Amino acid sequence: MGLKETILSKSIYLFHVSSGSCNNCDIEIIDCLTPRFDLERFGIVLVGSIKHADAMVCTGSANRLSVPLIKKLYEMMPKPGFVIVWGACGSSRGLFKDSYNTTAPLDEIIPVDAYIPGCPPKPEAVIAAIVKLKEKIRCGASLKLKPEAPSPGDFRRGTRKEAR
Amino acid sequence: MSNRATIPIGPYHPLQEEPEFWKLIVEGEKVVDVDVRIGYNHRGIEKISEAKSFDQSIFIVERICGICSSSHPIACCEAIEDISGIEVPERARYIRTITQELERLHSHLLWLGLAGHFIGYNTVFMWAWKYREPICDIMETVTGNRQNYGMHKVGGVRRDIEREHVSYILTRMDEVLKQLDMLKGAVLDDPVLHARLKGVGVLTREAAVDYAALGPTARASGVDIDARRDHPYAAYGDVRFNVITQKEGDVFAKTVVRILEMFESASIIRQCLDSMREGPIDSNPKEIPPGEGIGVIEAPRGECFHYVKCDGTNSPVRHKIRAPTYMNFPTFRETVIGETVSDATIIMAAIDPCYCCTERMIVVDGDDKELLKAQDLIRLSQEKTARIKERFNRA
Amino acid sequence: MTADILIEKVHGRFGDRILKTEKRSAKRVYVDIYPKDIVDVTRFLFKDLGLRFNIASGVDDFDGLEILYHFSCDPSNFVVTVRALIKDKENPHIDTITTVTRAAWWIEREIHELFGVEFDGNRDLRPLLLPDDWPKGVYPLRKNFIVPKRDSRKT
Repeated sequence: MGLKETILSKSIYLFHVSSGSCNNCDIEIIDCLTPRFDLERFGIVLVGSIKHADAMVCTGSANRLSVPLIKKLYEMMPKPGFVIVWGACGSSRGLFKDSYNTTAPLDEIIPVDAYIPGCPPKPEAVIAAIVKLKEKIRCGASLKLKPEAPSPGDFRRGTRKEAR
Repeated sequence: MSNRATIPIGPYHPLQEEPEFWKLIVEGEKVVDVDVRIGYNHRGIEKISEAKSFDQSIFIVERICGICSSSHPIACCEAIEDISGIEVPERARYIRTITQELERLHSHLLWLGLAGHFIGYNTVFMWAWKYREPICDIMETVTGNRQNYGMHKVGGVRRDIEREHVSYILTRMDEVLKQLDMLKGAVLDDPVLHARLKGVGVLTREAAVDYAALGPTARASGVDIDARRDHPYAAYGDVRFNVITQKEGDVFAKTVVRILEMFESASIIRQCLDSMREGPIDSNPKEIPPGEGIGVIEAPRGECFHYVKCDGTNSPVRHKIRAPTYMNFPTFRETVIGETVSDATIIMAAIDPCYCCTERMIVVDGDDKELLKAQDLIRLSQEKTARIKERFNRA
Repeated sequence: MTADILIEKVHGRFGDRILKTEKRSAKRVYVDIYPKDIVDVTRFLFKDLGLRFNIASGVDDFDGLEILYHFSCDPSNFVVTVRALIKDKENPHIDTITTVTRAAWWIEREIHELFGVEFDGNRDLRPLLLPDDWPKGVYPLRKNFIVPKRDSRKT
């Protein structure tokens, strides 16, 4: 494991970008940094400038106005850098695939390293994804992670209800 | 026009979690003009809705905005039910009210945290968001999800509140209320916050009426409107609550309105849980006849308006969605001109803008040089608070 | 002021300039007018009667483009919708109501870019939502604009 991988996997600085989202995922990102879920214990910090970021977290369904900006931000990100797509909108445009103003899933615009599916993904799913990403970086690999089916223990007991 | 400079903020800016592009035209320290470009969140939902069935529309409308995830579906259901006067069972009306008030609580707490962060009170930010978590847990117990509840349908609600969950809800609400008391004292009695926020970003009553401002933005300027009282829907006709108004119209007044509204929400939830009787939760309407319907409800940011036109098929012919921030946002221009750059951010935040609800952007047509970077504006805002704090410590 | 009193006042003020009024329920009133009368009606409802301007919505109908202006009477719990039908779909024009209320500032820009309606007297009809390179003359919310369904597997 090289020095670059060791350093990167210790503390990932995230830059958050929304390409036209409903704001649910964006709130959950900030929620993950608040005392209950506290991603900062993994060394994750949200930075204000793309130049300081190790990873770019993208939400949203690639609105027409956002596409050139997303590409520009990806180019400005210092390499090696990672792209994490957060939510169903970025993975596949989600509910908005039949809109005149959404373009393509984010992985057809910029290369993506990790997907966190969900609408919005729960903070527990996000923590699992960040931990997986750290492991992958440590192994020196940068490849697309397939979302796994959640195990029964992932659901809080007694609160999962079936829709009528 | 001497010494004018443009400060672009955005579209990706640490202040806001939603993209928008602002330009403030300043002369020295004072803002003389402002323009905003929106459209970075425009997903064409009104057009998508025309191709989907009424049931599917409710799910899409839920994702207009993550924070108003219960308001838009209720407004949409009310509009469709208005077409032919579909009855909603009593228990379903109470459950709608409970989800609506829980959403108001979590939205105002979220706002309080963000506002604290913008002016440099990061502890308020962390604590407000920490005490938002019990509300999210209650939502998960009642609806099955922290956000995007999938709870509402035309004619009723999808899930019932089980009897054993009622005591859980009341216990966790008490937990939140204790902290709300503490936050209320910390925020409303702090002399530094009085000095920082009073007189800043004043929206006069005349301007609030002319721009048709809504929600806490209007109520803080003395405009006494609240769709829960004026156009009662769900179970609001059966519960007692106060509509909080202030007269000054500044950022401090907007803060006071939101904090006091949280206590009213808690009281409404208790009244609903006490008065709710057993019964059906869904009236199962079979078809929607041709016609037009309007749904008007009070979201956390103000009145939400949906207009649905149906031609007898299972899809809407036209679905017009108007979120409250659409009317509140233009008031920003009124309130920020003449203020200093370091106050621009908190004045903007005081409207509690929900860009994704508004689906807008504004472009400033300035071609002036860039004076300050994006991070500088939040730093300026926090530095101003620090200066005021120091003045109080010395005195 | 109830919905019935409002209908009386509107008829009293405008007489046969009103095409039709319909009271669908105690909370919903629909008034049909000619597009050329919209500014006078708005001034009457907003300034004289003190109703609140809610929003305007455009509807692409078979006989033309309808613009519905919704006003709320908060003290009495009803919504008045004023409907103006613009028959000429190729070149739709209607007077701006921003001279009466600034609340219509954004919605006129939105209806202009999504439906193609010209608001005479409004000098600020810049695009609000759509990107700058959106083709001219293509109005997304008109019925002749069809969004092709895309298969997510192929994009």
